[in-house]
This record gives sequence, structure tokens and C-alpha cells, in this order.
Amino acid sequence: MSITVAVFYLLAAVTVGSALGVAFANSIVYSAFALMGTLLGVAAMFVLLGADFLGVVQLLVYVGGILVLTLFAVMLTHRISDVNVSNRAVGRLPGFVLVAVVFGWMVHVAGSARWVMKAPGAPAPTTYGIGEALLTQYALPFEVASIVLLAALIGAVVVSRKEVKG
Amino acid sequence: MGDLSLGHFVVLGGILFALGLFCVLTRRNAIGILMGIELVLNSANINYVAFARYNQTGYDGQVFAIFVIMLAAAEAAIGLAIVLGIYQSFETIDVEATDRLRR
Repeated sequence: MSITVAVFYLLAAVTVGSALGVAFANSIVYSAFALMGTLLGVAAMFVLLGADFLGVVQLLVYVGGILVLTLFAVMLTHRISDVNVSNRAVGRLPGFVLVAVVFGWMVHVAGSARWVMKAPGAPAPTTYGIGEALLTQYALPFEVASIVLLAALIGAVVVSRKEVKG
Repeated sequence: MGDLSLGHFVVLGGILFALGLFCVLTRRNAIGILMGIELVLNSANINYVAFARYNQTGYDGQVFAIFVIMLAAAEAAIGLAIVLGIYQSFETIDVEATDRLRR
């Protein structure tokens, strides 16, 4: 087993273990902190796949932005000192059966498909290529994305502000 | 790249997807459901990047992953704002208790 495979299994264990924490933890606060482990693991996976820029974006946007936002929402919607910090889960058995069926089916499809594969080359810096793709081939989606972000920003402010009467 | 193959990453993405789906199905806390959605989006991203690497299709997969991350950020901002709004109206974010559109 080469060192790369060993690193992969280590990171996969961290990622899946944290994801299990997200799905099964009793407290929503524990779920939020477990989500951090998953996001960091996925960022490491990106680096392992040679996508260095994407790993850093994952780190900045997910861990630095979305996770902090989630933690803020958790803290604002629960009296933390309460004993009953609810992270209630219902219907675990039917949910588990459904997810097991879906997962088994996915593994079956992935195993039986014949992927077109080429041996990957050595990891190279990706920033130049991504920047060029965003400004040439994907220029229109890029601009639409910025409008979506602006609308989401304004929408979030409008939705979450307190109504002032009078 | 050693002995790593596409299958490793596809299976990892599948496991993350299954756990995220389980989270969405069983959680009754609105923020927990949003966390499940984040897991599902991350699993999709792993698949995008893995297929891009093992098919040598240039940067298309990574650019799509960037768009997914961007939409996830927008979704989280809007979703959590709505959750806070629900909390102000209902004093709870249990999705089974929030069954009215007006107070």
C-alpha cells in the first residue's frame, strides 16, 4: 500500500466519521462541529485530487463562511443552557432502509459501469486554467452567479430583519 | 498517484451522499436538514473533481464544483435567514411544528 492510499484512507475515515457525527449526534451543536470535520476532510480530498485552488476555496467558503453562519444560526435559535437542545430525529428505521437501498443501488451502478479512464498526470497548479475557463468559456454563468449571490445577499437581509411597525 | 483509483472517490462520495440523505430524511430540526444538504452537495463536488481528474477533461469539473460551492453559500444564507424568521414567529425550528403560513 503506497503512502497516497494510506493518506486517502486516513482522510476518508475522518470525513466519514464526522459525517456520521452530523447524521447521528444528539445535540445540534455537536452536529455543527462534526460538520467542520467533514468539510475539512473534503477539502483535503480536493488537494489529494490535485485541485489545489478548489481545496482553498472549500476551506474559505465552507469552513470560514457557511459553517460559521450555521453555528450562528444554532446559537441564535437555541437557549444553549437549556437541557433540551433539540436535535430530534424521527423515522430512523424507514429512513435507514430507504438510504440503504439507495446506497446499495448506487454502489451497484458504480461497480458495473465501465468508466472511461485515463491515467492522471502529475498534479499541476490549477489556478491559471480555472481563471481562464471562468473568463472565457464560462463567462456568462460566472456573471449570472454573481447576480444570484447579490440577490441572495439582499434577500437574506430582507428576510431576517425585524419588521418595524409604524 | 499510487494505487488510488476513481472507485475510491466514487464510493466516498456515495457514503457522504447516503449520510446526507439520511440526515435530511430523519432530522426534524431545520438547521439539521440544511447540514444534510451541505453533505449531499459536498459528495457531488467530490464526484465532479474525481471524474475531472481521472478523465483528463480539463478544468470543467473543477469549475462546476466552484459553481456548486457558490450556490451552497447562497442557499445557506437564504436558508438560515428563513430559519431565523421561522424562529421569530414560532419560537421553535422543529419542522413538524411549523405548519402554518401565517400567525
